[in-house]
Amino acid sequence: MSDPITETARRIAAAGESVRTPARDPVNRPMINNWVEAMGDANPVYTDPDRAARSVHNGLVAPPAMAQVWTMRGLHGQRAADDPLGVMTKVLEDAGFTSVVATNCEQTYHRYLLHGEQVTVSARLENVVGPKNTALGEGYFVTTSNTWYVGDEPVAEMLFRVLKFRPSRRPEEPASPTTAESGTSSEPVIRPVIGKDTAYFWEGTSIGELRIQRCGGCGLMRHPPGPMCPECGATNPKFLVSHGLGEVYSYVVHHHPPMPGKALPYVVALVELDEGPRMLGELTGIAPEEVHIGLPVEVAFVRVDDELTMPTWRPRTEGSGR
Amino acid sequence: MPATLLASEVEIGSALPELAIEVTPTFVVSTAIATRDFQDVHHDRDSAVAGGSKDIFLNILTTTGLVQRFVTAWAGPDALVRGVAIRLGVPCHAYDTLTFTGRVSERITEGGEDRFVVEVVGACGAGEHVTGTVRIALPGKLPGEVAP
Repeated sequence: MSDPITETARRIAAAGESVRTPARDPVNRPMINNWVEAMGDANPVYTDPDRAARSVHNGLVAPPAMAQVWTMRGLHGQRAADDPLGVMTKVLEDAGFTSVVATNCEQTYHRYLLHGEQVTVSARLENVVGPKNTALGEGYFVTTSNTWYVGDEPVAEMLFRVLKFRPSRRPEEPASPTTAESGTSSEPVIRPVIGKDTAYFWEGTSIGELRIQRCGGCGLMRHPPGPMCPECGATNPKFLVSHGLGEVYSYVVHHHPPMPGKALPYVVALVELDEGPRMLGELTGIAPEEVHIGLPVEVAFVRVDDELTMPTWRPRTEGSGR
Repeated sequence: MPATLLASEVEIGSALPELAIEVTPTFVVSTAIATRDFQDVHHDRDSAVAGGSKDIFLNILTTTGLVQRFVTAWAGPDALVRGVAIRLGVPCHAYDTLTFTGRVSERITEGGEDRFVVEVVGACGAGEHVTGTVRIALPGKLPGEVAP
């Protein structure tokens, strides 16, 4: 593949480490004072000469988490022309991936910095991964690494990952956390991949049937669907239609991250069907704090559009049974 | 600040004292400037709102700094911070309360040094703002103390 994004990523990664950029100031007490004052950090090894002298450091040191502060570009700073994140950002923005969110920041400190030390920093592109579909929209994960030096000694390192994405339409705030049976939703949802092994299942939901795969050889019921029986190895799966009743075997309450078409929080239940197999699905019609293991539930079918109907679960009502 | 913990005093699984920080606008702005981060979303509410945020919010260098503060406030001044690895969740806006919780998850040997890994979660109103780990080295004895 040689699209401009992949091509640029390969070129920048191959270029390796950028030229080192010096910090504006040497490591200094006034900037440390400002930092600990704002952060509310009371560690005396940064500010109390007597206590610091009696510490493992034998004197005042800079907070490790300030490593990056020394080399921040400041109010009017420009990225260096060979800054890999700057170059990669430009290419992705030109391709329409205009928004950015940082996802990971991993700093390693080889030693504490001392007052008066002059720090420099270099950057390199580790990788660019994508395009990926994320909750925020389609995008690329860009991972860069920085190394801070005193002279030629590496003193700290950082792995930094951002998602450059094309914003997707924000899911509407749903009026109710519950989904009405047979309701038609206009919100985008994450769609299942429907293939040869799973088509029978989705054909079933579209006509209100919960179909369970059953081995054509030994009769073992299984879910999720697969091409081969794990018991006898036969490759002629059949199915039966479940009564759609079961109980909650386990569940999670999903609070974060946001998911397209879902109101947070929502409950995902592992339901043990009366027929035996267990099946994952959203559990609606009940407050998350009232869900419990053993809760009797029944299936409901939520029609998304002409191609997709999702099975969901809800507490069993009086006299339900099919 | 309490005395530094000794490696022998730390139990795997033990919890750190909770730290709750009132994230006032002044806090967001002063920490952004103290970390030399002048992006407008950290000091200019009009710009932040125009960009789709509900208010100004903490910058990453501050989140990293607060994670370090949370762990060293528990571990003491002689603890050596060897790494802070964080994963960023929801933004922490002005007027949020950011509450840190943590626990000691494991003891490892790394770089020829005996270290502890502390798991940290920082939550604000909208959910988890930050999750991560801090690696620290603790003294086997206090400085100046003669080994038994």
